Amino acid sequence: MNWSDLSAPYAFEFFRNGVYVATMAGALCGLVGCYVVLRNMSYIGHGLSHSIFGGYAAAGLIGVNLFLGAGVWGVATALAIGGIVRRRPIGSDAAIGVVTTASFALGIALVQRYGSPGRSADSLLFGNVLGVRASDVWLVAGVSLMAVLFIAFAYRPLLFTTFDDEVANATGVRTTLIDTLLMIVLAATVLATMNVMGVTLIAATLVVPAVVARMLTDSFSKMLAIATVIGAISGFGGMNLSYHHDLPSGSTIVLVGTGFFVLAYLGGGSLRRRAGTVAHAH
Amino acid sequence: MRKRPIELAGNAQIVADHITVAYSREPVIVDVDLVVEAGDFLGIVGPSGSGKSTLMKALLGTVTPRSGSVTRARGVTVGFVPQVEQIDWNFPVTVAECVAMARATGLRFPWITKAERVEIASVLERLGLHGLGNRHIRELSGGQQQRVFLARALFTGAKVVFLDEPTSGLDVRTRHEVLHLLGDLNDEGVTVVLTTHDLNGIATHLPSLVCLNKVVIGAGAPEDVLVPDVLEATYGSPMQILEHGGMRVVVDAGPDGTVIPFQRRSGAVGGATR
Repeated sequence: MNWSDLSAPYAFEFFRNGVYVATMAGALCGLVGCYVVLRNMSYIGHGLSHSIFGGYAAAGLIGVNLFLGAGVWGVATALAIGGIVRRRPIGSDAAIGVVTTASFALGIALVQRYGSPGRSADSLLFGNVLGVRASDVWLVAGVSLMAVLFIAFAYRPLLFTTFDDEVANATGVRTTLIDTLLMIVLAATVLATMNVMGVTLIAATLVVPAVVARMLTDSFSKMLAIATVIGAISGFGGMNLSYHHDLPSGSTIVLVGTGFFVLAYLGGGSLRRRAGTVAHAH
Repeated sequence: MRKRPIELAGNAQIVADHITVAYSREPVIVDVDLVVEAGDFLGIVGPSGSGKSTLMKALLGTVTPRSGSVTRARGVTVGFVPQVEQIDWNFPVTVAECVAMARATGLRFPWITKAERVEIASVLERLGLHGLGNRHIRELSGGQQQRVFLARALFTGAKVVFLDEPTSGLDVRTRHEVLHLLGDLNDEGVTVVLTTHDLNGIATHLPSLVCLNKVVIGAGAPEDVLVPDVLEATYGSPMQILEHGGMRVVVDAGPDGTVIPFQRRSGAVGGATR
């Protein structure tokens, strides 16, 4: 395969848009996913995307803007999960399971009863990168910028709250506010990337780059950087591979990420041991 | 409830005024009065489930009393060193990142600034952790790990440092190192409040103690508090105090006050022989 073959799909606007969105969405999910994984909330991406599907159907039914309706629904769901976890003696996995599956069930019931309000239910469930419009590119870019600004400005309180929320609270960090803002960013991330990855695959794009990064480093700041880069490469590489091998784009993006996981699993230990030896030698 | 920062009388830094705390119907601590003064080196002792950690959390402001109030003097900042069992040792933070995260209020750069690196190196050196800033927290020994979280508390400029069971799981030598370190910090003006269930290893070495079992049973210097009546009321079983080389040693006692050595119950089988 030569360069002209590789660059051929870039002649199409839909493909360029798809690559932009997949790369940004991969980086965004990689970045935000670090907090998800370290808070032991890996299931939340899966749950929130299902929940937002419910919001999408409900918004169509009551005639409000689908994106706005689904967004408000997603944020409300994320806040409900956070609130339940803080106030009740149940784990985050159980809270996510109850709230999001109920929302998804409602969405399925509404779509079944009244029909899909906009984009096909299939494209929401399984993603449709090739149907990405220019507005989707701007949406993912906007949410990415919001997430980066939030993490940059709240880096330390976010890290402190993620690591040890009780001590952070005792030291004066407004942990409830930090948790709430993170949940809003997470809901926006899921909402913006859902068209690309689909409800069923979004959890992987949130979790896999962060897990790979965790296997490669013991430093939090490096973990954020590595997960962001791996997410972006997975999105970019997955899109291109999917075109040339006629594979579903969402699945290919996830499989590229999984390839990184396998490599990290097989080689990460020796990499870290070598890094440790170098560090200790100083 | 956040503690209200106000002017307190004398050297008082934190005052608990008749606080009762409950997580459910049954209160964990009842009607506790406690004043933490500048320069205190205070131990809260009591059996498991006596409410030591809850009282500490109430003083820190992370638990809201059902009744009563906790007041913190204006300008008094606090640091908290949690029990090592509560820490996620697989969390990806280096020692330097762990210490730096404590400066989390106000608008700050996400990265550790050059000036902060110097401060972190200084606080690590002060606590005997020189050169360990780039190591992962799991790679340290038990005593070093405890000192990292003490460094984190000090890095905020805390005037009062709370430690929840700081010597839990440490060997005798490391326990003494930690205790001496806390003594040095106290000499430098840091108020230290800790919980412990270790009467002989820790409590007897502290200048002032509070014996707690849901309510305050006794408070004062060890020679006033570590006495059979107070200890029996605190722990629910008779205890005796032995003097050894000027040190007070607390031991279990029989109903008549005599020291009872540990004996196997009759019929208990030890080992695999038959």
